[in-house]
Amino acid sequence: MLDRIRDLYQEVVFDHNRNPRNFRVMPGASRKIEGFNPLCGDRITLYVRINDGLIEDVSFQGSGCAISTASASLMTEIVKGKTEQEAERLFELFHRITTGKNSEAVNLEDLGKLAVLAGVRAYPARVKCATLAWHSLQAALKNEAETVSTE
Amino acid sequence: MNNDAFAQQQAHGYPEALPDFAPPPVHRGLVKPGLDPAKIRADFPILDQSIHGKPLVYLDNAASTHKPKAVIDCLRKVYEEDYSNVHRGVHTLSQRCTELFEAAREKVQRFLNAKHSHEIIFVRGTTEAINLVAQSYGRSKIGAGDEILITAMEHHSNIVPWQMLCEQTGAVLKVAPIDLRGELRMDEFERALSDRTKLVSVVHMSNALGTINPVEDIIALAHARGVPVLLDGAQAAPHMAVDVQALDCDFYALSGHKLYGPSGIGVLYGKEKLLNAMPPYQGGGDMIRRVTFEKTEYNALPYKFEAGTPNIADAIALGAALDYLDSVSLAAVADHEARLLEYATERALSIPGLSLVGTAAHKGAILAFTLDRIHPHDIGTILDHLGIAVRAGHHCAMPVMDFFGVPATARASFGLYNTFEEVDALIDGIRQVIKVFG
Repeated sequence: MLDRIRDLYQEVVFDHNRNPRNFRVMPGASRKIEGFNPLCGDRITLYVRINDGLIEDVSFQGSGCAISTASASLMTEIVKGKTEQEAERLFELFHRITTGKNSEAVNLEDLGKLAVLAGVRAYPARVKCATLAWHSLQAALKNEAETVSTE
Repeated sequence: MNNDAFAQQQAHGYPEALPDFAPPPVHRGLVKPGLDPAKIRADFPILDQSIHGKPLVYLDNAASTHKPKAVIDCLRKVYEEDYSNVHRGVHTLSQRCTELFEAAREKVQRFLNAKHSHEIIFVRGTTEAINLVAQSYGRSKIGAGDEILITAMEHHSNIVPWQMLCEQTGAVLKVAPIDLRGELRMDEFERALSDRTKLVSVVHMSNALGTINPVEDIIALAHARGVPVLLDGAQAAPHMAVDVQALDCDFYALSGHKLYGPSGIGVLYGKEKLLNAMPPYQGGGDMIRRVTFEKTEYNALPYKFEAGTPNIADAIALGAALDYLDSVSLAAVADHEARLLEYATERALSIPGLSLVGTAAHKGAILAFTLDRIHPHDIGTILDHLGIAVRAGHHCAMPVMDFFGVPATARASFGLYNTFEEVDALIDGIRQVIKVFG
């Protein structure tokens, strides 16, 4: 019965939760944004360095559950070196697989490792854990200075 | 104590708490009979189900409790046989329903041992009760520079209404601190009382920590300075007998849904003298005696504070919930839950990496904890897969989380229908969580 839980907590999730990538403060970031999930108190601070539409570097700090930490970590890995438009497109795909809305047409291969978080769609209460980092990134790309909330 | 409970407690290592023979004749009139979990559980239909293929272990009673058949049947009967709008009706159903509604008020009066039934105001829940006091008592009696004193362990519903009042009036919200066990620092509380304090509003039992506050001492200190006291009884009322006259509290707030009754119904108790001196909270039907376009004369208590058609059926069913609690005896419930908490605490502390949040000497049946390197939300999701319902989060007490330096806790909260086997399931479940996380 705990086998089913492995759909959500895959080894990649545990790995990124234990050793989050790009988990650091970024001096000289061009964008810095606070993300907050008021339901569970998860907070992240996301740092982005953008140069001419290209995401040169992205990092984060904060505390959250395994799902939100792994999602943030995976996100920083995948969007680094992408253009803003490519990141937006990834967010849209990611949102679709995690909420299960219009997810049939999504080719999971396009999402790479992010696909491991598709299991979250079976846990409506946890979807916001997975999308917190992405909502924060979207706000950072739009240069919204205020705190981002998942609510 | 019946044999099942005796055997169960023996099996769980409580023989020392029991006499060699049970119960000794000399105490026969004083010792409350133990709860029979099998019989109690049969009264709660929802408990008999599987979650993810495992028997439901419901340990989220501090958030809301389940309803006994008596409450569900009462609701059905009201709507099938007795329902109509209350007050002023001359037809039979309206009179019958009015009698049931007012009888429920009298049941609440007896439950709290209030002096008068008109001191019982039906509201939506504890939140509305506190907002009523803040907006009616607060806006008429509290002004700029006055102080309202609360504690650092309050639920948001006993913080935010006062902050709103402070914004409206220029009053100041003072917060008495707690210590690392989650106990109110009474010396600091006393120091925080000043000539400007106009109201003390304190939780009777903390939903996040389980702490039961020394409300008698709090009330004595406040009354010595002529300051009225509101007690937030949302958590306390389901777990211990409350006597508002013996406590001499000025207001007492509670929620029906935490008392094995329906959601959407709650109670504000207020002393007659205070309630009479307060302006209405909302205007509308039922709360008036005479209306003209020039002037309106307000109705007497309790109707002055019950504008509009009340939550009739749920109020009547709350009465049924109180009857149910009376039939099992709150003393027996308190005794059962104290044993569950003692057992759960002892077993939880044997788990490496587990830290309890809230270790007050005087505690209700709430076990809030964290695990090293595992977020409470992950604990909650994995326990759910084992059929175990706990709450993970800030429990509407963010300042408490900040004080303990945690983003959230996992919280198991017990009710009258929980068993020692369910504590075992929780402990095994926590061990599985740790295993899954490696």
